[in-house]
Amino acid sequence: MDPVFILMVALFVFMIIGSLIAVETRDLLSSVICLGAVGFGTSVAFLLLGAPDLAITQVVVEILVLVVLVRVVITRRDETAATGRGTLATGSVLLVMGVLVAVVFWMLASSGAGGLQVRPFGDPLMNHEGPASAMAPADQPQLAAGQAAEPQSIGGAYLKHGLLGTAVSHGTGAANYVMGIVLDSRGYDTLGEATVIFTAIIGTYAVLRRIGRQSHAGHVADR
Amino acid sequence: MTLAMLPYLLAFLLLVVGLYAVVAKRNVIKIIVGLAILDYAVNLLLVLVGYRPSPSGSPMAPILTGGVAHEPALVAGAVDPLPQALVLTSIVIGLSVTALVVGLAIRLYEKYGTFDTERMRNLRG
Repeated sequence: MDPVFILMVALFVFMIIGSLIAVETRDLLSSVICLGAVGFGTSVAFLLLGAPDLAITQVVVEILVLVVLVRVVITRRDETAATGRGTLATGSVLLVMGVLVAVVFWMLASSGAGGLQVRPFGDPLMNHEGPASAMAPADQPQLAAGQAAEPQSIGGAYLKHGLLGTAVSHGTGAANYVMGIVLDSRGYDTLGEATVIFTAIIGTYAVLRRIGRQSHAGHVADR
Repeated sequence: MTLAMLPYLLAFLLLVVGLYAVVAKRNVIKIIVGLAILDYAVNLLLVLVGYRPSPSGSPMAPILTGGVAHEPALVAGAVDPLPQALVLTSIVIGLSVTALVVGLAIRLYEKYGTFDTERMRNLRG
């Protein structure tokens, strides 16, 4: 069996236990630190799955989240312990979410009509690519004639055309395919990402700014 | 439903833990922690879908090392770069969302003196 499979299952068990502790512990600082454990577990998982860029980004993001959350929690000890909602409410929430996940996962795993036909772990669509004639419409055989075998998945196409390009495409010339996609082939995604970050910065500033707070507080006190 | 689907199932379990914290917890910090866990689980699920072992056994990152002569081996064996590119965006967006939510939590604490959503009486409506 693929050792990555075994390591991934072990990592997932570690992360699920960590997240359960993070959710259920009463001490908020312990909760935040357990979240850090889950985040670094995610980073190791990315490394195992052949995604070093994601592993590096995840480490940086996780450290930033930890710093921000610890800074919030450590100065604001909420002595009123955060008990959950009632047992009945929690139980019904868990039941509904269990049913939801069962249905979604059944849709993912079933390969018949109505299923989403996700390939098993370690065997993506890229491994099942045939000649271009299989993809051409039946009434237009000239599309398939004279063409080399083309990938049937988008990922396979990015791998094939990404670096050098072919007779029908231009490559990005980037040795790192992921960066080639992020910054070249799908540059508008990165533009949207920058927009989201900028909006979040503006929103955080608007929520936390000091100017204008005084007059508002005075207005509330007058009422 | 085979054994090979097990990592997906575990990713879904992690997602449910985060969803449970978001829906059923009263403490704002716990809700933020749940949001972050939800984020990690979805990112991991997307990267899991694109994984494949290379012919040599170990996973091969979609990064060309050792010159253009190695390109055919990379095309034949590297993992899917597309989910990685999209998840890279998603991770950074998750960070900015967390920062915004933490800002809201700080503001709520300043106004009500507690992280407990049940005790934020004036928030009704």
